[in-house]
Amino acid sequence: MSGVRVLVGTRKGAFILTADAKREQWDISGPYFAGWEIYHLNGSPVDPNRLYASQSSGWFGQLIQRSDDGGKTWEPVDNKFVYDGVPGTHQWYDGTQHPWEFKRVWRLQPSLTDADTVYAGVEDAALFRSNDGGKSWQELPGLRAAKGHLWQPGAGGMCLHTIVLDPSNPARIFIAISAAGAFRTDDAGETWRPINRGLRIDYELPDATAEVGHCVHSIAMHPARPDVLYMQKHWDIMRSDDAGEMWHEVSGNLPSDFGFPIAVHAHEPNTVYVVPIKSDSEHFPPEGKLRVYRSRTGGNDWEALTKGLPQSDCYVNVLRSALAVDSLDACGVYFGTTGGQVYASADSGDSWAPIVRDLPAVLSVEVQTLP
Amino acid sequence: MIRVVLPYHLRTLAGVGREVELQIDGSATQRSLLDALEEHYPMLRGTMRDHVTLQRRGFIRFFAVGRDLSHELPDAPLPDEVATGAQPFIVVGAIAGG
Repeated sequence: MSGVRVLVGTRKGAFILTADAKREQWDISGPYFAGWEIYHLNGSPVDPNRLYASQSSGWFGQLIQRSDDGGKTWEPVDNKFVYDGVPGTHQWYDGTQHPWEFKRVWRLQPSLTDADTVYAGVEDAALFRSNDGGKSWQELPGLRAAKGHLWQPGAGGMCLHTIVLDPSNPARIFIAISAAGAFRTDDAGETWRPINRGLRIDYELPDATAEVGHCVHSIAMHPARPDVLYMQKHWDIMRSDDAGEMWHEVSGNLPSDFGFPIAVHAHEPNTVYVVPIKSDSEHFPPEGKLRVYRSRTGGNDWEALTKGLPQSDCYVNVLRSALAVDSLDACGVYFGTTGGQVYASADSGDSWAPIVRDLPAVLSVEVQTLP
Repeated sequence: MIRVVLPYHLRTLAGVGREVELQIDGSATQRSLLDALEEHYPMLRGTMRDHVTLQRRGFIRFFAVGRDLSHELPDAPLPDEVATGAQPFIVVGAIAGG
C-alpha cells in the first residue's frame, strides 16, 4: 500500500513522519541527531530509501548523514566542503570584499536519475556535487564566476538555499541565493548566469533592476512544465514562463506578498501555494491568522486556506524549505512552523490538521511518496 | 596511552563512551593527539578543527591538568600528566549561549 514519508529538519534534530495513503494515522520517529540543527533532509527520487541529511552545529560544524534504509539507520559521510582553487572574495556589509568561508549546508538535492549523485547548496554561497553518495564533494565553481564578487549576505547569511533540477533537461539546473538572486546553468553546472530580469526591489537595492543582489527566498517548478517557475522573493510572488529569462509579478490579491516558501501542486501545474508573512520587519502571519494561500490560475488570484489552521493569536513563521507536496491523489500539502507544528492537508489544501504540535522550530519539510 | 575525554555530541557521533584511549607514536602534542583521534574516528574530522587550515573551531576548547591549553601551539608538548595517561586531555564544547 502506498504512503508518504515526511522528512522534518528542526533546530534540535530530525524527525520522520510516516502514514499510509489515507494520511490520517501518523507514526512519528526521532529525534535523529538530537540536539543538532538539521537544515535539510531529502530523499532520492530513484531510491526512496536513500536519504541525505545536513547536520550542523555552531560548536562542531557540518556533518552529512546518509541512510540506505529510509531513515532507520544513518552513517556519516564526507563533510569536507572545500571551495575550488583560491576561494576569492564577495561583497561584505561595509562595502569591502570578504573571503568566502564555508559555514553550513542549507540544501541537499538528490539527482533525479542517480541515487549516488547529490547536490549541496552551502553558505557561503556555492554549489557542491557528490557522485559517490556523499563520500566526497566537489564544488561547481562556475557558479561563483557569475558575478560572485558582487554577492553579499542576507540577514540569514549568504546561503544557496534552492536547487531545482529540470526533469526534461539534465544539463539545466536552477539555484537561488540570498541575497544574490537566481541563476541557471544549461551545461550541467560548468557555466552559470543570473536570471533576475523583471525582479524589482525598490527598497532593497539602489538599482532595482540590478543583475545580482536580489533576495530570492525560494523557487518552485512543476516537473511537467519545467520552463514555468514560481518564485517567492523577499517581497513579491514572481512567475517566469521562459525558464527565468524574464519574470513578472503574480502577487495579485494576497494580503502580503512577503514570505519564504512556495510550492506547486503535484498534478496541477497552475496550482501554487504560498504562506504570506506580514512583512520583512514582522515575520509572522498577518492578523495572527495562519493562512496558506492557493492560486489555481498560476498566480494573481489567490484564495485563503484556513480550515484547520489557527485563525487567531498565531505568530509563527514558515521558513523557505518548510513547505512541500506529495504526489498522491489527492495531492497532499505539508508545512512546518517555527513553533514546531507540522500541518498536513490530504485534500490539496482544502483542510488541514497538525501531525505534530510540539517539535523544535521546523527548518525544513520534504515529502516522499512511497510506492 | 593517552586518554581523551570527548563532549557528548562527539561521543555520540563516534559511538564511544566518555573517554577514549589513543596510542601516539612520537611526541605527544595537540596536533599528534588530534591526528590520532581523527585517524581512529574519521567521522570526527572537521568537528574540532578545520579540514584544511587545521585551526581549532571557535567553540572548541582543550583542557588538561586544570589548565586551558586551547591557545597552546599545536606542536607544543602536552603536559607530562597527559602524555603518560595520568590525566585526560579534555575536548570541551564551550559555553556559548543557551
